[in-house]
Order: sequence, then structure tokens, then C-alpha cells
Amino acid sequence: MQEPISFFTGFNPNDLWFLGEAALKTLWISILSITVGSVLGCIFGWILHESRFAGGIILAPILDVFRSVPLIIQLVLFYNFAPIVGLDLNPFLSGVVILTFYTASLVSNVARGGIESVDMSMRRASRSLGLTYWQDLFHVVLPIGGRTVFPAWIGVVLGVMKDSALVSVLGYVELLKASQILITRTQEPLLILSIAGVFYFALSYPISLYASRFEKRWAK
Amino acid sequence: MIQIRDLHKHFGDLHVLKGINLDVNKGEVLSIIGSSGSGKSTLLYCINGLETIQQGTVHINGTDVHAKNTDINKLRQKLGMVFQQWNSFPHLTTLENVALAPRIVKGKSKEEALELAAKQLKHVGLGDKLKNYPVSLSGGQQQRLAIARALAMEPEYMLFDEATSALDPEKVGEVLDTMRLLAEEGMTMICVTHEMSFAREVSDRVAYFHEGIMEEIGPPQQVFEDAQSEHTRKFLMNVR
Repeated sequence: MQEPISFFTGFNPNDLWFLGEAALKTLWISILSITVGSVLGCIFGWILHESRFAGGIILAPILDVFRSVPLIIQLVLFYNFAPIVGLDLNPFLSGVVILTFYTASLVSNVARGGIESVDMSMRRASRSLGLTYWQDLFHVVLPIGGRTVFPAWIGVVLGVMKDSALVSVLGYVELLKASQILITRTQEPLLILSIAGVFYFALSYPISLYASRFEKRWAK
Repeated sequence: MIQIRDLHKHFGDLHVLKGINLDVNKGEVLSIIGSSGSGKSTLLYCINGLETIQQGTVHINGTDVHAKNTDINKLRQKLGMVFQQWNSFPHLTTLENVALAPRIVKGKSKEEALELAAKQLKHVGLGDKLKNYPVSLSGGQQQRLAIARALAMEPEYMLFDEATSALDPEKVGEVLDTMRLLAEEGMTMICVTHEMSFAREVSDRVAYFHEGIMEEIGPPQQVFEDAQSEHTRKFLMNVR
């Protein structure tokens, strides 16, 4: 009797490394997009607040597109159409670009809300002390407004971290894609998706933990 | 000195100030009284350039506040302002609240700024609250903090915009006492106020504003006892 050829092999400890590495890639793509996207979002938010023309007429509709079109569609469209205009980006960079703009579009409204949460009277008081427009913005509006919208920003961060899973459709092997590969090989979706879930949780939980610590400290 | 000439201010169709002429000399305490919407507060905002003006001039020590080439941030260091809302910076301790502007605007070192801040806070009677955050202070204490914060820039003039109006009645006294103290020390002050006893006892001159016009100005005795304008007499009758 000939041994049957096995297409599938069971889950082994090495696969945990494979998933761990993929989790680091998820972390890396998230850190990059969230950092750049948040800085960009703050600048956009400031423009939305300050300029009726540049903000209201030009920027706001563009940001609305990024906020409203499902991320998966943005990724596929960008990845496939960017080469037409000569931007030959690999899946990783395409993912970073789209996730960055997606983050920026979400953060821009958070940032605008933060700026507007600081009372006109407060800003006048700081200007009356001789602070310039920029000194007022960085020393008064940023710390006060920033604290107000910090929980909303953390919400965006956690959301983007999970949404980064969609970059897998471009073939970039991050946590979700790695899980799919292992599922195909082992035929054990329950186990592997559970492990992937634990990894996602391990990435997100420290952030919410730190966030609530900050909030508690500020509340004093 | 502060010189205001033919000052007009519009908010859209609303003509808020209709040609104000006013000189305030060094060392003088001027109280401005009048009903709400008479343009008193707007005048203060025009003096330190927080509001633009449509006509006329405001000069501080000979410098035109609203001229394009005036460094308004530098000029504002001469003009301390205290608002109706006390506007403490909630993320900073009282000490840091006061030290912020000297540090970042005047470029003082951190130690120097903190030392100055402690001195000013003691001056307004908050010497025991240096490490407190504003949220733990009463309204009256926060308003005194605002006064200390303005004083830390070592201004030549102080503008008070209804500094006691948002306070609980029992906290009004401590803020007025601090203002009295400043007046006694020779600070030049313009106080928009509804506290008639303060206007009467502390001011060198009292001005009455009615619908954007300065209808009456003179020593308190004259304004309170022998007002020339009909509106002033009516107003004073109602507030007493």
C-alpha cells in the first residue's frame, strides 16, 4: 500500500514565529501610517479651521472621499492605477500611502474639533499676554485641545491598526495574510484565527491601557 | 499714555463704537460704566488690538496700535488684560500659568520665570497655591491668578473687562481688593465694571457709555452726584 500524499500539514510551533513576524509587519505599517497620517491630519485640521476657501472648498471634499470610500476599494484602486501615472509602488508602500491618507482624513476632523474646543476667550487671553499666533497655537491650543480630543484620536489609532489588515488584499504578508496562508496549509481556521486575534489584541491593548493612564493623570 | 481719537467700530451692520475720544494718563484709574451692549468691553479689545477698528486711532505711548507695521505682540506686553471669564490654562499649575508668558514671550529662563511667577502669586494672595491646578481653585482665586498672570509680564497698563461679573457674589470682594491694591500701587488701570462702589471709591475718573457714545466723563463725585446727561442719571438711578 502506498502512503497517500498529504497536501496539508498540521500547525507547528514554527508557525507561531511566522505569525509573530507578520504581527510585527502589521505593527510597522500601522506605526508608519498613523504617525505620518496624524501629523498630516493635524495640519489638515488646522487648515479646515482657519481657511474657508482652502479648507472648506478644496480640502474638505477630498478628505470626505477618503473617509467615505471603503478602505479596501481605495487600496485596490490605488495599487492598480498608480502605475498608470508612473508610480510603481510595491504592496507595502501602496498600503502605507493609502492608510496614511485614510488616517489623515479621520484625524483632520478630530484635530479641527480639538482646535475649536478651545474657547475664543481663552485664546484672546493668551494673545493678550503677548503670545504670537503660533505660540498660542503650540503652547495653549495644542495641549488643551489635544487633551480634549485625545480619546477620539486613540479611537482612530486602534481603528487604523485593525483596518491595516486590509492591506493583505494587495498581497502584503501582514498578520491577516499570514493567517490565511497558514489556514490554507493546515486547514485549521479556528485555531489560527484565534491566534491572530490574540496578536491583534496584544498590539491594541497596551495602547488603550496607556491611553487611559494618560487620561487619568490629566484628570487630576 | 493711552490716546484714543475718533474711534469707530462696526460688527457688520452694528455700529458699536461711534467716535470715541479718550486720553488715559499714566497712574490714572479710569472706570467705565454703562449698560450691556454699550461698547465698553469692545473699547478694551480695540485698545490692545484684539479687535480691528474701522476708523480712528489708538496710540499707546505714541505707538499706533492698529498700524500695519506695529509689532502688536510686543505692544501687548505693555497692556495686561483680565477678562470676565478667568481663562486659566487648565493643563498648568498656577505657578506655570503665570510663568508661561514670561518664559516664551520674553525669553526668560525657567528659574527666573518661576521665581517671578511665585512673587506675583504671593502678591495677589495665592502664595499657598503655587502647585495647585486651576480646577482646584475657586472662581475668585482663578481671577486673582489671571491678574497675577497679566502682572508677570510687567505691564504699564491693566485693562479689566468686567473682572467680577462671572463670580459668585461672595468672591467679588477678594478680586476687588486685589484691584484696589494695584490702584494704590500706582498702576494705570481701565476697568469696565458694574461695581459702582469700586468705580466711586477707587477711580480717578468715571466714564459712562451709552449705545457706543461716551456720554459722560469726570471725577466720580461729579458723575455720581451731578451727572450732566439724562441717560447717566437714569442708569445710576437703576443700579443703585
